[in-house]
Amino acid sequence: MHIAYPVVLSSLLFCTGLYGVLARRNAILVLMSVELMLNAVNLNLVAFDVWLTKAAEETLHSGQALTLFTITIAAAEIGIGLAIVLAVHRNRGTADIDKLRDTAEGHETDGPGGPDEATVTTEPAAGQTEKAEATA
Amino acid sequence: MTTTTLAVLVPLLPFLGAAVGLLLGRTAPGFVRPLAVLPTLTAFALAVLVAVRQGGDRPVNAATELTPTGSIPIELALHIDGFAALVAVLVGLVATCVQIYSTGYLRDDPRYPSYAALVSLFTSAMLLVVYSGDLMVLLVGWEIMGICSYFLVGHYWETPEARAASLKAFLVTKLGDVPFLIGLFALAADAGSFRITRILSTVADGGLDHPTLVALLLLSGVAGKSAQFPLHTWLPDAMAGPTPVSALIHAATMVAAGVYFVARLLPVFAASSAALVVLAVMAAVTMAGSALAALAQDDIKRVLAYSTIGQLGYMTGALAVGDRGAAVFHLLSHGAFKALLFLAAGVIIHAAGTNSLAAMSRMSNLRARVPDAYWTMTIALLALAAIPPFSGFFSKESVLGAAEHAATGHAEPIPGAAGWTVLVAGLLTALLTAAYATRLWLLAFCGKGAEAPDHGRQPRTMTLVLWVLAVPSLAFGALAYGTLPDWFDGDDLAPTLTTSVLGTGAALAGGLLTYTAWRYTSAMAVRVPLGAVAAHPEGDAATVEAEAIASHAPAYGGTASAPDPADPARLLLGPLHRHAAVGFHLDAVYSALFVRPVQAGASLVRFLDREVVDTYVHGAGALPRLLGAAVRRAQTGNVQTYVSALLAGTVVLVVAVLVVATGA
Repeated sequence: MHIAYPVVLSSLLFCTGLYGVLARRNAILVLMSVELMLNAVNLNLVAFDVWLTKAAEETLHSGQALTLFTITIAAAEIGIGLAIVLAVHRNRGTADIDKLRDTAEGHETDGPGGPDEATVTTEPAAGQTEKAEATA
Repeated sequence: MTTTTLAVLVPLLPFLGAAVGLLLGRTAPGFVRPLAVLPTLTAFALAVLVAVRQGGDRPVNAATELTPTGSIPIELALHIDGFAALVAVLVGLVATCVQIYSTGYLRDDPRYPSYAALVSLFTSAMLLVVYSGDLMVLLVGWEIMGICSYFLVGHYWETPEARAASLKAFLVTKLGDVPFLIGLFALAADAGSFRITRILSTVADGGLDHPTLVALLLLSGVAGKSAQFPLHTWLPDAMAGPTPVSALIHAATMVAAGVYFVARLLPVFAASSAALVVLAVMAAVTMAGSALAALAQDDIKRVLAYSTIGQLGYMTGALAVGDRGAAVFHLLSHGAFKALLFLAAGVIIHAAGTNSLAAMSRMSNLRARVPDAYWTMTIALLALAAIPPFSGFFSKESVLGAAEHAATGHAEPIPGAAGWTVLVAGLLTALLTAAYATRLWLLAFCGKGAEAPDHGRQPRTMTLVLWVLAVPSLAFGALAYGTLPDWFDGDDLAPTLTTSVLGTGAALAGGLLTYTAWRYTSAMAVRVPLGAVAAHPEGDAATVEAEAIASHAPAYGGTASAPDPADPARLLLGPLHRHAAVGFHLDAVYSALFVRPVQAGASLVRFLDREVVDTYVHGAGALPRLLGAAVRRAQTGNVQTYVSALLAGTVVLVVAVLVVATGA
């Protein structure tokens, strides 16, 4: 089989995954898209391993070994990722990535609950530091 | 014990008392009073013993090298001649009286322990100056006195007057001390030693290369310490300190240190006739100006302060005509009666609840409230005005006699001009001195109006020392003028007929003039009510005084004068009164010459620091802050945006790498 088929397939998979990561709102779908990307990489690893061993005298099949590692790590990652999503959903009642903007700078009000409270509590502190600077 | 051991103990005991007092002041308040009084008293007794043993014979000299300096060694040296022995007795007596008086005067003062320790330290420094035979060791005592004076003037540091006065006293005396130090170095470089004996023998051999320069440099330090024109302005303001401090430091001892120093090194000054003429002019200006200023003051202590400046002028005048015997004679008698005047003034301020003469002249019966202060102050004022047979008469006549001696050309190589200057100024000042002494007495004790407030009996410790000091004020001069020449250089100190008649005549004329003027003006006092008294009459004397000082400016419109038309000085001085009350605007001149340029320089430096240097610092901070604000806008919190940016960056990088790799 020519190397082009698996490479084209894996790049399609990767692009699908990339689109999912960038465009989906649901955190679970985003995680699934990440899996797609990982699997695209796995596909590449296996394909190139086979392609390269044709020419080599001896080989360790490092591409395939690396794929096993990737699968293991992906399994662990998805476990932790799903646990986080579950926890966020329990806490906030949503798993919408657009509404999880706690790390934003400044005073943009991006959603109900947490972010608002966070800005409210940080605002006086910021005022105090500004005052301290003025008097110093 | 040998005389040397005794003499070492004299400055050492008050020093140890001060050190222990400062250490134990808080933990053992019961020991503070004995620790203040006893070492000083013992030092006084030892000083008397040293004086008896020395007896005006050959000077006691002892020295041990303190530190090898590589060039001129510094030695711990004693040099006790008749001058040193007697001045030490005076210092011991006044210090003991002041310590005893202070136990009553500051009896409720929370800062009494540190105060008493500082007074002890001051006493020990003065005794060190008196006994020291090495100029560097003398300088140590000289500077310790300066810093003690700073702390003690600022004792009532709650009042702005005291804070300003202590700073002013420190800065003005230091202004003189810098040239003084350079003068000491120049003198030691010429003589090859800091020892007074060796310096004097060098001078006697004519080995001094720059006598005028050295003498003028030393004179500036003396003028600062002894409050001579033009560095006298700190002394009247220093009256913001407690009265015992004024008595000890600013009348009897510290200000006498300058005069004493010149007396010790008189041959150095006499080697330069230019220095003597400068000294004579300085003395004359000081005497006459301060007497005029004293006549116009309203604060009783400022009158006495200006009078101190004037009497110190007499002493420097005597030194200018080369008679250090007369100078130290006047120093001794003045020390006794001026300490008495200040201590009595403290009692009066406590009893009257005010330090303003204008307010006292509107109180009747003040003399009955404080009979001890009344009688002793009368004695001391008569001594100040040089009325025979009080001690001031003999010492002042010895000064005038020496001036007349020099003026008529009998005291080569003293220039006759110096003699005439001192003589004329001395006679004029004798008249003015009697005038302000009379004014003070009349205003304080012959007031008419409401009864003086009753503040209860004065503490016995305060009235007792008045009488102790009254004895030398009364009798010291008459008893001593015959025997003192044996202690000093042997010059005759007896009053001569011409100067006695002239001086006493001037004094009587001044007194009578003031009395006449007072008779004329005192009727007006009833019509112009004036006066403010302390709010806490039941407090101790120090509290009353601090309140009186603080309230003088708001109540009377100035620290120096009061708008009182019933003041005889207004009639006597006429249009001059306004200028005399502010010390002939010397403070204004200084503030124009020094204070304002320094303040302008300081505000320039402040401007450069705040506006120029800080701009760079702020700029260095503001640029990253701006950049940060710009970058912060990208931080939306949406992870997908970040990933998109990451992807875009990667794509750009890949394209760039491809473009470079293909060699386009």
